[in-house]
Amino acid sequence: MTARDISLTVNGEIRRANVMPRMTLVDLLRDVLGLTGTHIGCEHGVCGACSILLDGVPVRSCLIFAVQADGHEVTTVEGLADGDGEIGDLQDAFWECHAMQCGYCTPGMLIAGHALLAENPAPDTGEIREAISGNLCRCTGYTQIVEAIALCAARRREGEG
Amino acid sequence: MSGHGANYRYVSRKRRTKEDRRFIAGKGRFAADIAVPGMKHVALVASPHPRANILSIDATRALESPGVHAVLTGDELAAETAPLFNGLDIPEVKWFPLAVGMSRYAGEWVAAVVADSRYLAEDAAELVEVDYEPLPAAVEIESLLEPDSPLVHPGHGSNVLVRKTFEWGPVEADFAKSERTLTYRARWGRSSTVPIETFGVVSRWDPIREILDVWASIQMPNYQEQIANSLGIPTNSIRVHNDVDVGGSYGVKRGIKHTVITAYLARKLGMPVRLIEDRLDNMSGGDAHGPDRLFDVTLAFDGDGTIRSMKLRAIDDVGAYPGRGPLQLGKPITALVGPYRLSSVAYEAISVTSNKTGQVPVRGFGQSPTNFMIETGIDLVARRLGIDRIELRRRNLIRSDEFPWRIPTGTEYDSGDYHAVLAKALALADYDALVARRDAARAAGRLAGIGIAACLEPGGGNNIFEQLLNEKLEITTFVESCLMRVDMHGHVTAVMSTTTSGQGHETLIATIAGEELERDPDTIRVTHADSLEALPTRSPVASRMAIVLGGATSEAARKIRAKMVRIAAHNLGVGEDRVEYQAGTFFVRGEPARKLEWNEIASIAHRQFHRLPPGAEPCLQEFSVLQVPGASGQLPNEKKEIQLYPCFSFQAHIPYVEIDPGTGKVEVLDYAIGHDCGTVINPDIVRGMIVGGLAHGVGAALYEKFAYDGDGQFLSGSFVDYLLPSSHEIPIVRDVEHCTPSPRTSLGQKGSGEGGYLGAPAAVASAVNDALAPLGISLSELPMRLCDIEAAIHEKRTERNG
Repeated sequence: MTARDISLTVNGEIRRANVMPRMTLVDLLRDVLGLTGTHIGCEHGVCGACSILLDGVPVRSCLIFAVQADGHEVTTVEGLADGDGEIGDLQDAFWECHAMQCGYCTPGMLIAGHALLAENPAPDTGEIREAISGNLCRCTGYTQIVEAIALCAARRREGEG
Repeated sequence: MSGHGANYRYVSRKRRTKEDRRFIAGKGRFAADIAVPGMKHVALVASPHPRANILSIDATRALESPGVHAVLTGDELAAETAPLFNGLDIPEVKWFPLAVGMSRYAGEWVAAVVADSRYLAEDAAELVEVDYEPLPAAVEIESLLEPDSPLVHPGHGSNVLVRKTFEWGPVEADFAKSERTLTYRARWGRSSTVPIETFGVVSRWDPIREILDVWASIQMPNYQEQIANSLGIPTNSIRVHNDVDVGGSYGVKRGIKHTVITAYLARKLGMPVRLIEDRLDNMSGGDAHGPDRLFDVTLAFDGDGTIRSMKLRAIDDVGAYPGRGPLQLGKPITALVGPYRLSSVAYEAISVTSNKTGQVPVRGFGQSPTNFMIETGIDLVARRLGIDRIELRRRNLIRSDEFPWRIPTGTEYDSGDYHAVLAKALALADYDALVARRDAARAAGRLAGIGIAACLEPGGGNNIFEQLLNEKLEITTFVESCLMRVDMHGHVTAVMSTTTSGQGHETLIATIAGEELERDPDTIRVTHADSLEALPTRSPVASRMAIVLGGATSEAARKIRAKMVRIAAHNLGVGEDRVEYQAGTFFVRGEPARKLEWNEIASIAHRQFHRLPPGAEPCLQEFSVLQVPGASGQLPNEKKEIQLYPCFSFQAHIPYVEIDPGTGKVEVLDYAIGHDCGTVINPDIVRGMIVGGLAHGVGAALYEKFAYDGDGQFLSGSFVDYLLPSSHEIPIVRDVEHCTPSPRTSLGQKGSGEGGYLGAPAAVASAVNDALAPLGISLSELPMRLCDIEAAIHEKRTERNG
């Protein structure tokens, strides 16, 4: 195996790395680029803890090789904040609703919620549950996560109105 | 909310948690996020056989693989370390982190490979050649009791690890007096809490300072003591970093064997070594399975539904390496008769070993299977007598005016109003409308059912039941501690001494300290001392932190406040009894102008010795090491009676389900729950614990099973085979609170970390059985998977058609 040079945009910054072809994208993000906000739960694409946005679409970064992300745009939880603020409005709604306990699935849940709201600014409860159904949470039973995403959507609509 | 006895400033009020902010920002610091310079990585070689002799291990090719530093085998590790801790007195059952001579379950770790990266370690692990001699395995639970069963630990001479019988109260007399008896069997399947974060640990040995640094995803009492015992180094040479965020545990994050592997390797190689389980390592080889239990029960009762007594035998299959697992047969003694007025109980507890993955403490420490067993019996008695299930419970529940109530085993329940909580849950569920909904669904040809479960959540962790199963465990001290400081600027810092895995301890401490000191909790800093700097702790198990850590926080804060009053009195020239404190100001009663502010007192304490009362210690720091409240501090008496946990929370669960008669698929469509955990410290945290525990219980009831085939082969090592409930499987849960403060705690708080899980399996099983009742089907084995329900329906139809 020969290492390859890749270049990708991560949270708005161009990042370059020299990686083995078998390295997963999540290992690149965590171990090479130091973005440990994205977590590993199962490494077989079920739990959703490693969810990131690839060109705006939520994907499992454990099922993608780093070399496949060459030339693409990646957003991780660290990139969800608005401007200089430490946290974005969806993150703030998660805090307000205590939509987590241990915090391990939280980055993946935020990615799933973020992708949903980008597409559907007024989701109902069923649509929210559908959107996060690919992300497992062992602490909360999901109720407060659903409430947080609904709260964020409502606040955005109020802000526009 | 209702029933709060006190008007709190911060306690019981909505408040954002302290912990969430770092998690939403992606700035948690979990074990796998710890990168120590020079760190090497472990991959594991696992046995594919349920039971096999290990004839040889050849690591030659693995050691030649690029980047490899070592291959560790069980023989080497066993020669250099002491066996891991067993809760029972079973000296011939030796547990080592890697198999020695024999592999005892499919997935057991046989060798550990250390390399520069996990990728290279995995490559080399595939090159380790192990020669096995496969043997027949001991698998089915009842067969483990037979003398001809293959022996898991031949030196022990039997697969029975402990067998104890107890009788509390006049069992035979109560049976003789009772008009009816009913005998039934209940089976709790093998599942676990399965956190999304697997176990991970990094160990680093500093030979100059002679300190072993450990960063781990741990939630376990006496962790450093167990490391020290195994490695043969002093406990004060081990520094466990308790500020590592733990990505879920619910009891199971107890990777002592992982820690011993990395610590041994770190010392041997002179390099930091990390082991992060992958999902298969975790599910098959992590020794983190939960109880696997068979109950045989006889209840004695009268025609009016009064239940007098219970005879109970529980067999628990703890797998190949028991560890602390078997003690989970002891904890349920705390609430062996549930919330009911039984006057006697007989209990036979049998722990057996098998060729399966080892057992670990799981949320509730054996109470959830026990509650399922009790509630299954209550439903069966109701059905037998033709009495409504709710009415039968009302007749047998302990009444609110009967507390404190002593159950036959000697434990006194502190407080409660079970009838009120049940009534609130029924009102929330809109029970009459729910019955109408069920009946309409049935009329339309669907299978529909309502579940009922009443459950107790013992909290506090007075674990003297351990001594009932192992007389050598003479441990009666179960403390938690808080150290509190007010600095020269008046800022408050509180120190806890263990890890957190989602329970919100920082918020708990800040809220209680804020309440006691009348300071804004957001301004209070909470830190996790490492184990060398820590005060005594038993770790966050047993729904005990609100009770014991909360109590220690209250005590430390009250000492701080008293000292500040003393300094104020001295400087205001009055007696202490004339000084009042209110929200940051100390003043002379009736003369509010004669006052000193919080920050002035803090400054005097730290900088102006000349203004301190004679004999006062300078500065402002106090601590409390609190024994679990309500404890006698004694061992059980000659009748084996003992006060165990001090606080008893209560819940009433009412789920509604419909079942597809074609596929057996259960849908939980509605779920109402009433709960009482005394004074709530943070409402969002309590609600999250209840709903989350409940979801975990739905999984145990319907989906989650560590399955083995008849030969002992493990069949569910991934999330494709072991199903965790997603947001599709868990309904939006509605909850209603009730508050009966505990007389035993600093603010009336009780435990709340386990209750959802302690009631949901029983409640969901009750709903499934209600739905299947029209078909004449009654199931008593968990999980009630789609395939199990479909098979039962099919069998019944075949029976009828045949």
